[in-house]
Amino acid sequence: MSDREEQGLTAGLAGLQHNFLTGTLEDVVKWARRNSVFSAQFGLACCAIEMMATGAAHYDLARFGMEVFRGSPRQADLMIVAGRVSQKMAPVLRQIYDQMTEPKWVISMGVCASSGGMFNNYAIVQGVDQIVPVDVYAPGCPPGPMTLLHAILTLHEQIRTGEITQRRKETGAGAGVHVGSPEGRVQVHVGTPR
Amino acid sequence: MADTEAPEAEPPEEAATPAERHGVPVVSSRGVDVLFPAPGEYLRVVEALRGEGFDLCVDVTAVDYLTHPGRSLPEGVAPERYEVVVNLLSLEQRQRVRVRVQVPEADPTVPSLFGLYPGTEVPEREVFDMFGIAFDGHPDLTRILMPEDWEGHPLRKDYAVGRIPVQFKATGGTGR
Amino acid sequence: MTHVVQTSEGAQELAPRDRSSERELLLETGAVLRMSEADAAAAIAEAVGTDDETFLLNMGPQHPSTHGVLRLMLELRGETVLRTKPIIGYLHTGMEKTGEDLTYLQGPTNTTRMDYASPFFNELVFCLATEALLGVEIPPRATWIRMLMCELNRMASHLLFLATNGMDLGAVSMMLYGWRERDLVMQFFEKVTGLRMNHEYIRPGGVAVDLPDGWRDDVLNILDVIPGRLDEYDQLMTGQPIWRDRTQGVGAITPEEAVALSATGPVLRSTGLAWDLRRDMPYLAYEELEFDVVVGTYGDVFDRYAIRLNEVRESMRIVRQIVDKMPPGDYRVQDKKVTPPPRARIDESMEALIHHFKIFTEGFRVPEGEVYVAVESPRGELGCYLVSDGSAKPYRMHIRGPSFYNMQTMPHMLHGGLIADAVAVISSLDPIMGEVDR
Repeated sequence: MSDREEQGLTAGLAGLQHNFLTGTLEDVVKWARRNSVFSAQFGLACCAIEMMATGAAHYDLARFGMEVFRGSPRQADLMIVAGRVSQKMAPVLRQIYDQMTEPKWVISMGVCASSGGMFNNYAIVQGVDQIVPVDVYAPGCPPGPMTLLHAILTLHEQIRTGEITQRRKETGAGAGVHVGSPEGRVQVHVGTPR
Repeated sequence: MADTEAPEAEPPEEAATPAERHGVPVVSSRGVDVLFPAPGEYLRVVEALRGEGFDLCVDVTAVDYLTHPGRSLPEGVAPERYEVVVNLLSLEQRQRVRVRVQVPEADPTVPSLFGLYPGTEVPEREVFDMFGIAFDGHPDLTRILMPEDWEGHPLRKDYAVGRIPVQFKATGGTGR
Repeated sequence: MTHVVQTSEGAQELAPRDRSSERELLLETGAVLRMSEADAAAAIAEAVGTDDETFLLNMGPQHPSTHGVLRLMLELRGETVLRTKPIIGYLHTGMEKTGEDLTYLQGPTNTTRMDYASPFFNELVFCLATEALLGVEIPPRATWIRMLMCELNRMASHLLFLATNGMDLGAVSMMLYGWRERDLVMQFFEKVTGLRMNHEYIRPGGVAVDLPDGWRDDVLNILDVIPGRLDEYDQLMTGQPIWRDRTQGVGAITPEEAVALSATGPVLRSTGLAWDLRRDMPYLAYEELEFDVVVGTYGDVFDRYAIRLNEVRESMRIVRQIVDKMPPGDYRVQDKKVTPPPRARIDESMEALIHHFKIFTEGFRVPEGEVYVAVESPRGELGCYLVSDGSAKPYRMHIRGPSFYNMQTMPHMLHGGLIADAVAVISSLDPIMGEVDR
């Protein structure tokens, strides 16, 4: 495998040899990704109520293209972990996260999801970043709809700048989870080979 | 069982209490009668109360008195480590009654109230899960709140809160 | 390759039919309620039934319609539900253990997060229990403020129920309407307490701060808007044939069964038993208010929906009376050992500073004793069993969450229905998993 091919395999969109056309294509893909993020329903506790309030008429997630909460994780891009994660729920959380298809993002909503919150005890996982890699943390108990919107827009901004696509490999952020390619399969490049 | 009882040390507003009800010591606590059967009499007393019209079992819970052994109890009631507390309600008479059974640490088993009140299925499972007190005759005594393979009974006093050390934590854990 | 984690709760799950004893099969069809021998035998025969294979379906804990992290294992024959087993504990937060580690002033912060759709009630029941042990008398204004916030909370909680119930049964627009009204109430809460949810406003000794100026206008604005909207929901749902078909006759329960299974609140009232703690065992100042207790007839999903819709109307009636009758005075008891001093006093008086310090670090001591106090929350009888050993922290704090007990009626209600009815029934029970699992 040539160096260029290898680079393309590991660096995603940014590893392409851009000419004018592929550069714009990348922006189009990012635009599409950030303007139609579908969240997987993962409302656990009180934060779920505020998440529903954010989707409701007064704060309206629909203007960001996000009013749809998919029941099936296969159809979702974003998992907003809204609420406290108990020991019994932790494997379920991981299972749902695994079932989501790439690209996928996680917003940790509320202090219980971000760090265990006020429940520093035997029953609550002290931060969901022990289990899944988190992209944006939204503090609050519960975070009001405005705070959640701010977190969502921060995520959109990260998608727009492409920061997220590269982040995991470079920083190894979040529980050391890396998205790898299965061995022995040939990747298809998009772009103009030189 | 002894016939005399001593009133609990409480703020005023206490009526003169009968010494016994259904053959067990009773105390009046803020307008509610509290009965203290032994584990052997527990089922009989609850059945008698149900016969009196206490048809709704509001709550079954337990307390671990490991670090507070000197609580006030009527005379003739020997304190044990655990207490199972049952609250009953009579819809007709608009009255509540409470039953407190002393459960020894060596043999933490009490009869189940499931036969009398089917609504005690989940609270007894919770008491089993949190305290390790077994209920004889309960149809499905498994953990309910913790994962099935969890070890230990969290609400016992010798089970730590499980706090992880955090900087700038205001309240210490030692409390009393 | 991603590694998929197994989630299995072992003995807590529903075992397949061939691994269950006859007695278990009988229990799971809900046939525990003192059936005669002949009826029981017939029920077992029906449960074991034909040779048709049955199918175990797992619903949840992550599921759109389970109202939180409830896991249901259903045994189906075709689309008919035979047995159900709810598996809970996915939101267990160790709140009762945490409660033993927090002072009495911090206690409402903990309990308020149990039933997060009606946080004021959790705070109220804990504070009533603490005050019973302390033996303090709460000033009238504090009592009436508590009643006001609780009744507004009841309205907000029932609006949440209407929203989620509508959405679960297909009236998706109801979700947006319910939240629209709820937001009005949330904004009032934010104005008074500083938070939209989980306020810790009701504290032992009274409430945290007094009502702001102009609160009457805000409340009356809310009361002007909601009745018209409720009539719209009546039109949207109650009169609609599809709605009635999906809810009438579904998930019916008799009064004896409800009492035997310790169900309270709208579930019990839907069967025809008019039991409401506000009227039958009054607390706060409910004896001075006029309101009706809404009761159903058939104990089905429709009755529970109609009861909650009308309870919003009754709560509005109560709130109007409170607005008229709110007494002036202190908003918290003037007992220096219990209530922190006003902030301005701390600059002037050493004693005030010391009291402030002691109350917020060590906490106030509560005399030894035990008490059980109950209030009528939107879900039923919410109780607090509090044991004190004379120190500044509760020795044992147990909250009797109504949804925990109401869940026991679920297998009974679901038996014989379709899966679509299962969604309707769960939604009509209005469980909040925070108080189920605590």
